[in-house]
Formats: sequence, C-alpha cells, structure tokens
Amino acid sequence: MEVLFRNVRELVERATRENKLISEIMIEQEIMITDRSREDIMAQMDRNLTVMEEAVEKGLRGVQSTSGLTGGDAVLLQNYLKKGNTLTGGLMLDAVSKAVATNEVNAAMGTICATPTAGSAGVVPGTLFAVKNKLNPTREQMIRYLFTSGAFGFIVANNASISGAEGGCQAEVGSASGMAAAAIVEMAGGSPAQCAEAFAITLKNMLGLVCDPVAGLVEVPCVKRNAMGAANSLVAADMALAGVTSRIPCDEVIDAMYRIGQSMPSTLKETGQGGLAATPTGRWLESKIFGGAVVGSGN
Amino acid sequence: MKFKSVFDIIGPVMIGPSSSHTAGAARIGRVARDLFGKQPTWARIYLYGSFAETYKGHGTDKAIVGGLLDYDTFDERIKTAFEDAKQAGLTYEFIPETAHTEHPNTTRIVIGDESREMSMVGISIGGGKTEITELNGFPLRLSGELAAILVVHEDRSGCIASVSNCLAKYDINIGHMEVSRREKGNMALMVIEIDQNVNEQILNEISELPNITQVTRIAD
Repeated sequence: MEVLFRNVRELVERATRENKLISEIMIEQEIMITDRSREDIMAQMDRNLTVMEEAVEKGLRGVQSTSGLTGGDAVLLQNYLKKGNTLTGGLMLDAVSKAVATNEVNAAMGTICATPTAGSAGVVPGTLFAVKNKLNPTREQMIRYLFTSGAFGFIVANNASISGAEGGCQAEVGSASGMAAAAIVEMAGGSPAQCAEAFAITLKNMLGLVCDPVAGLVEVPCVKRNAMGAANSLVAADMALAGVTSRIPCDEVIDAMYRIGQSMPSTLKETGQGGLAATPTGRWLESKIFGGAVVGSGN
Repeated sequence: MKFKSVFDIIGPVMIGPSSSHTAGAARIGRVARDLFGKQPTWARIYLYGSFAETYKGHGTDKAIVGGLLDYDTFDERIKTAFEDAKQAGLTYEFIPETAHTEHPNTTRIVIGDESREMSMVGISIGGGKTEITELNGFPLRLSGELAAILVVHEDRSGCIASVSNCLAKYDINIGHMEVSRREKGNMALMVIEIDQNVNEQILNEISELPNITQVTRIAD
C-alpha cells in the first residue's frame, strides 16, 4: 500500500518540506488511500467531533456506570474549578474534568468516539475542549486537531500497538496522550517538528504503564488514567512549544514502547489478573460485581 | 499495514464501555438478525471465554439483544435493549459456558420463531471488528462489515457458476467468496462478499435458480 508517511520522521519531513500542517498530510493520505473526497472525509470527522462534544457535555452533567465503580468525578472537578482556587490552573483541570467526563460516559454505556480505543477515549477530546477556550479555534481547526491526533495514532497503531491486550496501558492512554500533545502543539501554532517532540516527551513519560483493570471493566483505573494522560499531554505540549526537545527521537520512543509491551507479562495486559485488579480491594470489588470468583477479561 | 484509515484511529463511534465486548457484540447480534431475515421471537445466547466472564459488566448481553433488535453499535437504545425486547416480543436467555474456544470472545447465538430456527457463531476480534465463523453447522468466515449474500444450495455442479453469472449480469463485483459443505452431495453454503448492496429483485432471481434452497443477505 502506497502511503505518504510510515513513521514520524517521514511525516515531519514531508510536512516541513511542503510547508503543510500535519493534519493536512493526514487528510491527503486519507483521500489517497480511500479514494473519498475531501468534503466527505472532513464531514465524517466533523460528525465524530460532535459525538465527542456531546459525550463531554453528558459527562459534565453527571453519569453513573452499571457496576457503580465510576461516575460523578467530572462533576466534582467542575464544581471545584468554579470556585476558582485550583492549584494547577483552570485549563489543566478543565481538560482533566473533560477527559474524565468522556470516560465516565463510556463506562456508563453512553456514546463515545474511540480515540484510539474506547478505554482511552477521554484524552483527545478532554484536551481539545479545554484548549479550545484558550485558543478560540475555528470548527475546521478543531476537526484538524483530530486529524493531527490521528496521524500520530496511525503510526503507533501500524508500527507498534494501540491495544492494551497487546502493549498495556502505555499503548492505549500513552498513545492517546501523545496524540493529544501533538495536536495541541499544532493548534497553538507550533511546527510539525515540535508536534513530534511533544508526542515523544509524552510517551516517554508513560512508558511501562500496565493495563490492570479491576474486574476487567473499563473503569478502574482507566478513567483516572485518562485524567492524568490529559495533564501529561498539556505539560509536554508546553515544553515542546518552549523549545524543549526529546533526546530520543520520536520513532525510537514508539519502538521502545512496543518492545516494553512485548516483554510485559500477560497478567498486566488486560487480563484482570495482575496489578490493581489483583489487589485485595480489586478482588473484593470484582466478586461484589460479578457475584463470585471471576478471572480474565479483555477490551 | 493493519490500520489503513484515520477513522480506524479516530473512531468508531460506539456505545461504551468496550469496543470488543460491547460494539463487537452488538455487531454480531445484528448480523444474526440480518441472516435470519426478520425479528426472531426467541434467542438462546451461549457465551464463551472472556464474554462468559465479564458480559454483565461490559453490557455484552444488552449489546447482543440490541443487535438482535437491529440496533447499530452507536445506538443509545442498547442500554434499554432488555425492556425493548419485551415490547418487541423477543424472549432471550444467556448461557455462560466453560468450554474452551479458539478465540476468547466467542458467542453462539441460536434464534428462531414459531416456524424455523438458526444457529450462528460469532467472535469479536478487537476494536469492534467481528467475524462470523459458523452458520447452521457450516464453517465460514464473514466479517459482517461488508455487504454479503449467503446462498444455501444443493451441492451440485453449475450452482456456483449460475449465481456468479447472475451477479455479473447486474455488474456486481465479488470481493471474496467461499463455499463450504457439511457432506459431499448434500447441502452447501456459498458466502459472497460484494462491493455494494443488492436489491430484492436480484435476491429473488438468485433464489429461483436451480438447486438453490435459500438466499439471505447482509447489508453493509
């Protein structure tokens, strides 16, 4: 299959050489591969953006999951934010609350858009709708945010993995956070190279993160991992915009993530057998929800 | 390349919480309904592996019943599928099994009404992608994502040619095709994945060909 980029180096080189945004390269590749029109592709992403918007709004009104494990934290965070006395600042906590909102809706069987998976669906929209209030983007720029995220996710999915069962949470929330960081940089006016730096800095700091969901459900710790992923991506985006670079190139960080995932034991890859899932409280919650000894899961 | 489109990364739009245990399950249920050709009045749903262990928490059960009610993966009504089934006159039973299956997320769906029944095995292979691996005892491989025609026929020479000739006449391209049979000279099943949906007229024409027993379709 002919593609415009196979790794981050090629993506950044092409965008720089042609003086284009990373989102534009992603759109051009989508047109090339699928043979669909630009209007059609933009319209589909616009619909996905609307789904994300609605999920955030729903989560901020308050939801509860079937198991009772998650829900309501987005509301707590927004109420806390409104008091205006936060330590980390409005934008940061706004992003965190909107990431949480999305994943709470996911856990409560609401409608979400996987970015790149359902379990990591909070980071990209969470950061987008927080950064939006600061940068005042057009609708098209918001849609482009998703294409920039998608370009990096596309590389990770094909060269490494975006599946918790294959690579642990670093492959899901780690990838999602890197994708968001790169998209924030582009929206804030950073260069394609700075997008790649932001991705690398984010993923470097999420390497080794295991997938250990309690009772095998996409709830604990998934919701809060999305919260921290959003925070991570905002800090990394600011670092990249300040001119900080990663000593390890982005593609090598992605490769390291893949190798770490491969050497991770299966108990820590979405089986519900290790980590937080195997703690006494994790086990107790599991038996309370399923009414007996249950092991194993998946996403 | 495993992932070809940006919408494999930013998408699909779905009801949470799990792409494989919820979205994939709904898709399998919907394919079962499609293959049955109408709303069944009863369903026995056997769950294996991870499906059997975590189906309640993931809403796998609601998603399958929702699929049987023709709900798509992003249909909010999946949440109320049990109540909706009662309204629609569909009774269902979930049977978690301990037998080992090749894939961890496997379900056997047996559905029917007062006159006939159908059995199908589906697996959810990740990210909402699914495969149908068995239909009424015939092994097969069907994604459920592309439009397809399934033809039950007598295992006689010329059958395959007559069906493909009919499709060629209407300029319908075959993307993937396979034929399986339970016993030589007995019943056989043709699975034809095609690039576009076919209308009633073409289905009727195929069903009137010699040695054809039954024709069903899946719309994409």
